Order: sequence, then C-alpha cells, then structure tokens
Amino acid sequence: MNTQIDTQIDLQWLKACQIEDAIENGGVCLKLNDEQVALFYFARRNEWYATQNECPHKRQMILSRGMLGSLGDTPKVACPFHKKTFALDTGECLSGDECAIKTYPVKVENGTVYIGMTA
Amino acid sequence: MKNDFLSEKTVIMERKKIVIIGNGMVGNKICEKLKHKSDILDIIVFAEEPIRAYDRVHLTDYFKVSSIEELFLSKKEWYAENNVKIHLNDPIVDVNRSKKEVRSLQGLIVPYDYLVFATGSAAFVPPIPGVEKEGVFLYRTIEDLDLIKAYAAKVKKGTVMGGGLLGLEAAKALVDLGLEETAVIEFAPRLMPRQIDDSASQLLQTKLAAMGLSCLLQKSTSQLLGEERLMGIAFQDGSSIETDLLVISAGIRPRDELARKIGLAIGERGGIVVNPHMQTSDPAVYAIGECALVNDMIYGLVAPGYEMAEIAAEHILGEEKSFKGFDMSTKLKLMGVDVASFGDPFISEPYARTILLEDRNKGVYKRLNVSTDGTRLLGGILVGEATSYNMLLQMVNNSMPLAEHPELLLMSEQGQNKSASSGLEALPDGALICSCEGVTKSQICDAVINGNCENADGVKKCTKAGSGCGGCVPMVKDLVNYTMKQQGKYIRSTICEHFDLSRQELYDLIKIHELKSYDQVLDALGRGHGCEVCKPLVSSLLASLWNEMILSKGNDVAQDSNDRYLANIQKGGTYSVVPRIPGGEITPDKLIVIGQVAKKYKLYTKITGGQRIDLFGAHLNDLPLIWEELIAAGFESGHAYGKALRTVKSCVGSTWCRFGLHDSVSFAIQIEERYRGLRAPHKIKSAVSGCIRECAEAQSKDFGIIATEKGWNLYVCGNGGSKPQHALLLAADVDSETCIRYIDRFLMFYIRTADPLTRTATWLNKMEGGIDYLRNVVVEDSLGMGETWEQDMQLLVDSYRCEWKVAVEDPEIRKRFVHFVNAPEERDESVRFDTMRGQKKAADWNLKTY
Ligand code: SRM
Ligand SMILES: Cc1cc2nc3c(=O)[nH]c(=O)nc-3n(C[C@H](O)[C@H](O)[C@H](O)COP(=O)(O)OP(=O)(O)OC[C@H]3O[C@@H](n4cnc5c(N)ncnc54)[C@H](O)[C@@H]3O)c2cc1C
Ligand code: SF4
Ligand code: FES
Repeated sequence: MNTQIDTQIDLQWLKACQIEDAIENGGVCLKLNDEQVALFYFARRNEWYATQNECPHKRQMILSRGMLGSLGDTPKVACPFHKKTFALDTGECLSGDECAIKTYPVKVENGTVYIGMTA
Repeated sequence: MKNDFLSEKTVIMERKKIVIIGNGMVGNKICEKLKHKSDILDIIVFAEEPIRAYDRVHLTDYFKVSSIEELFLSKKEWYAENNVKIHLNDPIVDVNRSKKEVRSLQGLIVPYDYLVFATGSAAFVPPIPGVEKEGVFLYRTIEDLDLIKAYAAKVKKGTVMGGGLLGLEAAKALVDLGLEETAVIEFAPRLMPRQIDDSASQLLQTKLAAMGLSCLLQKSTSQLLGEERLMGIAFQDGSSIETDLLVISAGIRPRDELARKIGLAIGERGGIVVNPHMQTSDPAVYAIGECALVNDMIYGLVAPGYEMAEIAAEHILGEEKSFKGFDMSTKLKLMGVDVASFGDPFISEPYARTILLEDRNKGVYKRLNVSTDGTRLLGGILVGEATSYNMLLQMVNNSMPLAEHPELLLMSEQGQNKSASSGLEALPDGALICSCEGVTKSQICDAVINGNCENADGVKKCTKAGSGCGGCVPMVKDLVNYTMKQQGKYIRSTICEHFDLSRQELYDLIKIHELKSYDQVLDALGRGHGCEVCKPLVSSLLASLWNEMILSKGNDVAQDSNDRYLANIQKGGTYSVVPRIPGGEITPDKLIVIGQVAKKYKLYTKITGGQRIDLFGAHLNDLPLIWEELIAAGFESGHAYGKALRTVKSCVGSTWCRFGLHDSVSFAIQIEERYRGLRAPHKIKSAVSGCIRECAEAQSKDFGIIATEKGWNLYVCGNGGSKPQHALLLAADVDSETCIRYIDRFLMFYIRTADPLTRTATWLNKMEGGIDYLRNVVVEDSLGMGETWEQDMQLLVDSYRCEWKVAVEDPEIRKRFVHFVNAPEERDESVRFDTMRGQKKAADWNLKTY
C-alpha cells in the first residue's frame, strides 16, 4: 500500500468505492469532484494507485481501461489507444515524450477505498 | 531581384557561393553533402523540373503509388531549414564564366564562386521518321509517366523500343498499366545486351512471355507509322507491327548542351569532361552525375553519381579525393524476375574459366567466371534466382579467395544461405555494402554493436545504408543478423523482459503444464509482473489452446483492450459493434434489426470491406444492451476485436451466377461457422469464389478457396494490408471434406509456430522451403502431425461459444461494462461527436473541450 502523508495541506480523503468494485490487476474509473480518476488495484504487488483518467497523448479519457505491468521494478499502465506507458508511482511517461500524469494517494480502510485530492 | 543578389554578395564576401544546376538525384545529394560538411556556404539551386528532387531509380513505383510524396528525396522543409535556396521550374540558360554569373530562364542573374553541373541525362531519341507522332513517349521524369498513364488508359497495344534495363522496366510497367499487348523491340540479338549473354537472354524471354511481354530481337526500326497518331512500327527487314503507344528507351545522352554552349570541354560522344576531382576544363566549374564524362565513361547509375557528389563536395572544401572508377553491376528491378549481372559477366576462355548451371525445368540460369587459376571470382550472370547476388558481387569487388568447390556457389538457396553467412565472416571490414551511400561492412556492424540497431530499418536510420537504390537491403539484413548472433544478442526472439522464451516455446510449455490463466503462466514460466507485450500474447495462446471464454479466470485484465471489452475501441473512447454475418449472407429481417438497434443507440453504420456491417460509436455502458438485442435476433459476435477468424467472404456462386461452378455461399458459411472465434497469432481471413473469375478475392486471403470443375482449389498465405501478397496454391481439385482437413492442419500449424502478430503471408515468407515445405507438412503430412492437429481443431470447434452471449448472461462480467464504478448509470459525457452526411462521427483528436 502507498504510504502517503495525509497531513498534507488541503488534502481531502474522498470516499471512492468499495474494495470489491475495484478490479484485481486492472483499473476502474471514478467520478470525484467532477474529475475523472483512474483507480488501479495491482493485486500481484498488493498495491493501490490512482491517476488522472486522461491520457495526455491524445487527451482521451481512458487510462482506467489500460493494462497494468512492470518495467523493472516500476509499476506502469499502458494506454489502450497507442500503448504509451506511464509509471503509476510517479506519473512519469515511460515511452516517448508525453507529459507526466497526475497521481493521487490512495488508502484503504475497512473495505472502503479513499483517494486523496486537494480541494 | 538582381539588386538583391548583388547586395547579398557584398555582405557575405567571405562566404563561398555555390550554384548548382539541376536538382535530380545527384544534384540533391551534393546539397546534402555540402550542408553536412560545412556551414559557411551559400547554396543556390536551379531546377528545370517543377518539383524538388525525387527518386528517379524508383520512378516506376509512381504508377503504383500515384503520389509523388513517397518518392521525394528530402522532406518538404529541408531546403528552407538548411538555407539552401532553390528555384524550381527555372533552368539555367547561360553562364558568364569570366564574370562568374549564371542567368536563368526567368532572368535571374546569380554570381558564384563555384558552379556545379548536375544536369543528368536525357533519353536518346534515334532519328527515325515519325518520332514526333502522338503516342510516342520517353521514360525519364514524373511528367513522362503522367503522360504515359493518361494515354495508356485509352489504347490497347504498347511497345517499348530498347531491351535494356530501363526498357524492360518500362515494358513491365505498361503490362501493369493494363495494356492488352506489350512488346519490346531490341536491335541486338539478345535482351540486356550489355549485361547478360545469349542463354540468359533466352531464359529471360521465356519468363517475360509468361508475364505477357513479347520480345522482338534484331529489329531495326525504319519508320513509325500512322498519321498524327502512332499506329505501328515498320522495320528495316520489311516487317511491321501494330501499336498505339511507343516508349523510347534506346539509351541516354548526357545533358551537356549548356556546357557546350559556354565552351567547356566536351567528350567526342558527349558528356562534360572532368578530371578525377570532378572539375571541368574550367577549374571553378564542376560536373557530376550522368552529365559528367570521367575516365571516358558516362556512368548511368546513381551510386557512382553519389560518389561524384562526395568527391566534388570535398574538393570544393579543399580536400583532395579522386574518383577511381566504379562497379557497374546491376540487378533488374522487375517484380517476379530475378536478373543480375556483376563484375565482368562476359569474360571467357582463355582469360577465365566459366562455370554454368542451366536448369530449364526450374527456370534458372547461372554463370560464374572464375580466374584461370581458380582462386578468384571475376564476374557472372544470374537469372531466375539472384538471392546470392550481393554476396557474389562482394566476392568480386573484394577479390575474396574462392573456396575449393566454387561450383557450390551455384547451388540451391539452402546451399547459398550457408555460404552466405560464412561469406559474411570472410568479408573484409572495408567492403562497401551500400554503394549509393558509401557504407562499409564495419560501419554496419558498428551500428549494430554500438548503435543498438537491431534490424535493417535501424541501420538505415543510423547509417543511411539501403536508403538509395535499396539493392543492398538483403545483405544489410544478413549482416545485422550475423552481427547480432556474434554478439550473442539474437539467439532466438524472446518475448519481453518477463519471459525468456519464444512464442512457440511458450505455447508448448503452456500446453504441457496445462496452464489456464495469465497469472499461472507468469508464476510458472516468467518473472516480474507482466506488461502490455506478454499479456495479450499469453492470452492469445491460452485462447488458441483451450478456447475458454477469454474474460474468465481473471484473464480479462490480461487481454488487449479490444478483447477485454469484446469490441474495438475508437477515437474518443467509444466502441464498435460488428455482428458476424457468415459468408456475407443476411436476411431482410436481420438487416432490419441492425437498423433498429443502430437507431436506438445512435450508432454510425457502415458496410465493411469484409462483407458485413459495422456499428460505430457505442458507449461502454450500452455494449451489453446492444448485444442483448442483437443476440435475441440471432446474431453472434463477429470477433472484429480479436486476433481471430474475421470474415469468410463469398461470391454469390452457382445459386444465381451464370458462371458459378459450385455453391460458394454455402461453403463460405460452413467454413466461417467452423472457424468462428478461433484465436491465432494474428487475425485470419478467408473467402470462397464460385469460379476462377474470383469475385470473392480469395487469393488475397490467409486461406482462400476457388471452385474448379472437379472440386476446390485451396490457396494459402495471401494478404491485403500494406504489403499485399497473393496466396499460393496449396492443393488443387480437392473435395469439400479434404479441403477442410487441409485447412485444419494449416491453421493449427500456423497457430503453433508463427511469431506473435505475424500474418500467414509473413509466416510463410520466413519459412525455410516456402510453400513446398508447407505443402509437405499439410498435404503429405511429413511431420506426422496431421491427425493430432485435426483433433486439436475439432476440440476448438466443439468448444465454441459466442463470447458476447456468455458476457451478457454473466453478471460478474457484465458489471465491468460501466464507465464510472461509483456512478454506474452515467455515461462518459466527455465523449464528443460531430455529424457528417446525416450520421455521427468521432470528434477529431485533441479538439476536445470540456
Ligand atoms: C471496418 C473495416 C474497414 C471498413 O470500413 O470496411 C476495417 C477496420 C479496421 N481495420 Fe481493417 N478493416 C476492414 C477490412 C480490412 C481488409 C479487407 C478485407 O478483410 O477484405 C483488410 C486487408 C486484408 C487483409 O487483412 O489482408 C484490412 C487490413 C487491416 C490491417 C492490416 C493487416 C496486415 O496484414 O497488414 C489492420 C492492422 C492490423 O490488423 O494490425 C487492420 C485494422 C483495422 C482496425 C481493427 C484498426 C483498429 O485496431 O482500430 C479497424 C477497426 C474497425 C472497427 O473498429 O470496427 N485492417 N482490413 C473492415 C472490417 C472488415 C470486417 O467486416 O471485419
Ligand atoms: C526509370 C529509371 C530507372 C532507373 N533505375 C536505376 C537503377 O535501378 N539503378 C541505378 O543505379 N540507376 C537507375 N536509373 C538511373 C538514375 O536514375 C540516374 O543515374 C540518376 O538519376 C542520375 O542523377 P543525376 O542527378 O545525374 O541526373 P537526373 O536525376 O536526371 O537529374 C538531372 C536534373 O537536372 C535538370 N536539368 C537539366 N538541365 C538543366 C538546366 N540547364 N538547368 C536546371 N536544371 C537542369 C533535369 O531536369 C533533371 O531534373 C534509372 C533511371 C530511370 C529513368
Ligand atoms: S466468382 Fe465466378 S461464380 Fe462467383 S460471382 Fe464471380 S463469376 Fe460468379
Ligand atoms: S491516447 Fe493514450 S497513447 Fe495515444
């Protein structure tokens, strides 16, 4: 699980969904604060990640339908459109020169998934 | 304008001003070279043609692509970005050598420090009465080709005067343009008289005849017949032929008219005389390419022209390099006929010993000329099979010692392949592999070892090798593979960082260990956490092996996006829906249902190239609803999203067509229903035609079937797409049952052994032994696998279920078709559409506003 500091200024923990709504080793899309957020449950590594849903390459709302994987030790997601890949922990683009994607902290408490967003 | 140039001159006194006349292949090359070598040059180009330099060597391709874009030698912006001034459509008409100024047709006067002639050559037009008639053409520029194409569309019979390299290329182009009859007339007693001998020519004629080209030898033209329009050709021997169109290709003449006018030294039979540094009789004036006469020779090829550009550029910049003559070996660029000659093709007793191979059965003729002491190769001719051309040429050019049995060099492809790779080792580091760009063996090896180039394309980018005439590409490929092997890099093609196995090894291991899910496979055979390369590949293998519902066992997240949602993703994130319409046959009722569903869910509809209907623009949330309605009306998934069987096209066949021999529709439906849902390394397509008119285009399919008087002909490994290839005959006149048995075996063999994402055509191209080997395996059952494969296939056929039916009935799977998990009813409102011709279309990329 990501260790994030929830004392960060302005960080709001928004209730996202129940654990069973998430997909093992895959992503789902959430509507939070009128933003589209992609939530990934990387079950093989027992890790949760959240990023923006928009792929910066052609600005498509799609990353939640992407495929998870690893590059060395880095967890990543590949966009379904043109297979650009992004690191899930840092948001960095791992293929080509697309800009990085936003990432959000995730925590799981009592079967509920929360995503930290700045208000 | 004039003042502009004068003031420019005063400002840049220190800089050197170079004017280049001609923007053909060599004129373009010297611009590149000069720019590459120095920054303090002002280059001004004058071109007679209205467009910038294009690849004349591949001029004939223009008929195929019909767009000049692919032939341009430089990017559109290159000249501007590099500050090279280019005046198109404005030839130089005069030069004042004492003032060092050129004058163009439009009246520009431009001073120069150095002047370069790169005016090339023009087709030689023999002084025959009637050459001015309508219907007589040359073959040198894009304009020529445009004229020929337009005229050919209106006439039936074409003729080419001249049976040399260029003439034959032009003649084949006429055949391809669809002229009903095409002939080549040649003055000499054989074709390509400067390159090949009589025996080779005879064989070549047979091959050309098979392509629809007839050859008239020893014909000397006396007159062109017809009033204003050409109608025929009369020969000196009194005979004549009818023809509507004539292309003259009787040799080239250097464009030296301007040089002559301004008093430069000109050779006796034309050409601007230059010294080994490419300087003309005026040291400030250079000549390069086909207009230059060097060592008393005009070099009518691009590679020596490029070398001249290099030498002139160096010399202008103060380096002393000289032209040392150039190899004139050539390969004929005709689809379907291999002809090559290299070194000295004609040298014979007592100066050389000749080794001949003449196989009329296979249509192969090869001649090697070996030095009298048997140690060196001096030259030779290859017809019918020229794969060893590059290697033999290298042996001549580098005086490589011959092995004990030089006759082995004439042997079949397999033998050659062996000698080719051992030959690569013996090749000296400095051996010139790409003569157009002057790239050596060691530069290519270096690009592989230190430049991380792992294929011929990479090497091309890195070194430019293979970007000229392209003749060396096969050898570059061999060298890349050879070097990678040396480096231990390329032992086999493994999948990705998570699996150290080839696809075939993985297939076998999954089968032996009976693994059923991606995670199982990764845990048992791989490492790490997978990626977008191995996940779809393993998923495809699992589907090919077990044919379980592809979204079960947690495999959904290991499927490529299209497979995961059983639909093709489109721009904007919506999906397409393609119901199966076996054989392209559909009832009016079903058509109505498609229309109703499309209306209800606001889908764009289009008839596909595969004889079915595609419905585009479905929201993820709507997919299960749409399919529920389609399934209720009797439709099934069309697997347009999978690497799986797509369509089996049919022609209407004997039920209606007056030519139909059998019921091609019924057979197509039977075939499509048998293999529907079958997962393979790539998509597979098929078609059935009711007779040889081939309205279903079966010969462009992975497997295609054509009715004959006695049964069916089965063709395999055809491909459309970007590199079309005709399918080859696997079995003739077989009955329906045998046909299906062969297809079972063929498909299982393909599924088991092909590399990922390899269509059947490419798979066959890489197969040693080619179609004959494949026929042995499938028809003769040489591997003894026939029965196993038929059983394996039957298993897959029996376990078929419509994926969409399973999906809509399984609540767990169905739950995944929502855009927001926390707002399942809501669709993605960021999706945008435009309208066009009364239907919707996806909004363009990037234009999305929120
Ligand atoms: C819909 C259709 C075009 C049309 O409007 O007619 C089409 C559309 C697509 N084609 Fe095609 N192809 C269609 C007929 C063809 C044909 C013609 C044919 O089958 O007779 C060809 C050439 C024949 C062949 O395959 O040999 C063809 C050669 C390709 C290729 C190149 C394959 C190759 O070997 O080079 C691709 C790319 C690929 O598969 O990797 C491709 C890929 C695609 C994809 C799947 C691209 C993609 O991944 O999004 C398109 C998506 C369709 C969709 O979303 O539903 N399509 N495509 C045709 C669907 C036929 C059908 O009913 O299933
Ligand atoms: C159909 C065809 C197939 C060929 N196949 C091969 C092959 O397989 N292998 C091979 O090595 N070679 C081949 N060649 C030959 C090759 O194309 C030439 O060797 C090469 O183009 C020569 O380049 P160049 O720049 O000297 O002449 P060109 O490419 O002819 O360029 C000369 C340019 O100068 C222009 N010009 C002339 N006078 C003036 C003037 N006064 N002012 C301004 N501009 C002027 C002309 O309009 C022309 O554009 C082929 C040629 C043809 C036509
Ligand atoms: S291929 Fe033959 S049988 Fe089929 S429609 Fe064409 S002409 Fe008729
Ligand atoms: S839109 Fe994501 S990779 Fe192109």
